[in-house]
Amino acid sequence: MEAFTELNGIVAPMDRANVDTDAIIPKQFLKSIKRSGFGPNLFDEWRYLDQGEPGQDNAGRPLNTAFVLNLPRYQGASILLARENFGCGSSREHAPWALLDFGFRCIIAPSFADIFFNNCFKNAILPVVLNDKIVDDLFSRVAEVEGYALSINLPEQTITTPDGDHIDFDVEDFRKYCLINGLDDIGLTLEKSDAIKEYELRRKTEAPWLF
Amino acid sequence: MDSQTLYDKLWQQHVVHTEEDGTSLIYIDRHLVHEVTSPQAFEGLHLAGRKPWRSDSMLAVPDHNVPTTTDGAGIDDPISRLQVTTLGQNCEHFGITEFGMSDPRQGIVHVIGPEQGATLPGMTIVCGDSHTSTHGAFGALAFGIGTSEVEHVMATQCLIQRKSKNMRVWIDGELRTGVTAKDVVLAVIGEIGTAGGTGYAMEFAGPVIEALSMESRMTICNMAIEAGARSGMIAADQTTIDYIKGRPGAPKGEMWEQAVNYWGDLHSDSDAVFDHEVRIDGSTISPQVTWGTSPEMVVDIDSNVPNPADIDDPVARDGVARALEYMGLEPGIEIRQIQPDLVFIGSCTNSRIEDLRQAADVVKGRKVAATIKQALVVPGSGLVKRQAEEEGLHQVFIDAGFEWRNPGCSMCLAMNADRLEPGERCASTSNRNFEGRQGQGGRTHLVSPAMAAAAAVAGHFTSPEDL
Repeated sequence: MEAFTELNGIVAPMDRANVDTDAIIPKQFLKSIKRSGFGPNLFDEWRYLDQGEPGQDNAGRPLNTAFVLNLPRYQGASILLARENFGCGSSREHAPWALLDFGFRCIIAPSFADIFFNNCFKNAILPVVLNDKIVDDLFSRVAEVEGYALSINLPEQTITTPDGDHIDFDVEDFRKYCLINGLDDIGLTLEKSDAIKEYELRRKTEAPWLF
Repeated sequence: MDSQTLYDKLWQQHVVHTEEDGTSLIYIDRHLVHEVTSPQAFEGLHLAGRKPWRSDSMLAVPDHNVPTTTDGAGIDDPISRLQVTTLGQNCEHFGITEFGMSDPRQGIVHVIGPEQGATLPGMTIVCGDSHTSTHGAFGALAFGIGTSEVEHVMATQCLIQRKSKNMRVWIDGELRTGVTAKDVVLAVIGEIGTAGGTGYAMEFAGPVIEALSMESRMTICNMAIEAGARSGMIAADQTTIDYIKGRPGAPKGEMWEQAVNYWGDLHSDSDAVFDHEVRIDGSTISPQVTWGTSPEMVVDIDSNVPNPADIDDPVARDGVARALEYMGLEPGIEIRQIQPDLVFIGSCTNSRIEDLRQAADVVKGRKVAATIKQALVVPGSGLVKRQAEEEGLHQVFIDAGFEWRNPGCSMCLAMNADRLEPGERCASTSNRNFEGRQGQGGRTHLVSPAMAAAAAVAGHFTSPEDL
């Protein structure tokens, strides 16, 4: 996994609540057996005017020019500003894969659905929870200022606005450690193989029908 | 020892190691696998030269992509076909039990787990699928995971987790005739919202829950994720034990007695404290119908869809207006006036034998309305299908004008050929009414099997009693 330490990027606003993972990456693209290549189909049903299919050349498809990610001012955005319960619904990790492939490394929202939140950390995407008022203010600033960008510093757990204001955010220590170091947590868990084997031995006595 | 909730007990029994910051390593007893969320995880194992820690803890089945037509032609779409054959190859390579497409036991992963006794009380159960919460109905800790975690469980038999908060949804009283588990869980979601359970393990309890069958309990826990909770659960009791006894994966002989004894403690202690508690009077619940594009957008059959003009909060008002526009509904119209084009009875929420019996009871001796373009019944597994055929339910459906299909996820998420066309409206027993869920531009109304059957017969939403 790529490490995440600092990010300075344009912010794109996704101004609706309960954005679900079916919307982030529609089901027909889940037929792929790969982890990459989902970016062109991120928000497919909102982004294009036709019906998307896997394996299609997306360059020639008619764009929904009103959709926020198609607006010229948000091209190159790497931070997505969202509303509450972002990423609800299906557990599909194809959703963070698509966001990452498109170029997003950070998502800011008042709340996230649990599975999606967890999936982000596995893919070097930083999900940041900020309170409603701060998120509201950010939506206003993004609308007012073209090219509005934020600087995110994960080791310091701060976001710096173009005006020089600092916004602190929380992140669990272990998740922060894995992101900063770009760690594959399977390797970390396998370092505890002995503890896992001891647990299994104990459980084979307590609940042998589980083995 | 301090009193504990069911979730506290299940958590404690599965902790392998806890770090100072509370991050824990949790042991996983059962890993269910399907074709959509596993190929990248298997690829990760191959690339790293790893193998599954315990292949015998895994049970695999293709369900999302499989065709439900009964002509035996196989999968037309080469991309879908590759995904299904990839699952078969990976299972063969790593020695994992798989019920392939031609196996009579094949079906929706959340139907076959319990059916096979692969789902047992006290287990931790995961699957790369959010509706894994279904298995919590057995007094188990069951939740959906992403593909990276699928690989993590394959390689280590564990997951890195932090403990969730405890929430209890207590359903008092008694259900009225015609009100089912689906109506109960939709009413709960309507009450607490689709994010109401975020961060919580959600236990369902109370007299209404205790009186439910295992299949109804599965319907309730299945949709805990639609209330934001990764896991839903119900205490194990005699109903649970009776359901499990004799199934292929159930403990046998002396071990059965030992297991039943162990399962006797799988309930919240009477004085356990929950971080959040919700109480609903079950006798006030009516049959439910969703009108919008989120499961929380739900009302009872005698209500009207909302009118954005009546809503003060601008974000909420925009949300309702946007949903009504997508759904092609006039603000404020009666639910009973809404006319579906299609009816889908199936999915991991409502495709078990009791669901099919409830629908068949309504359909019996009646015909699907002429305005309905297509009415599908998709049993949850090959064994459910066989059981239904032995009871003659298939003939009831066929005589009424339904199509009787082979098992699979089908039109719940339309990864196979069963899907809505843009603008089509469906009365569906599935679990999600998101935009495009059943096909791009498709419009979904979530209902119980009896309500879907009633809509098929009447041509509009109505209570089965009013037919």
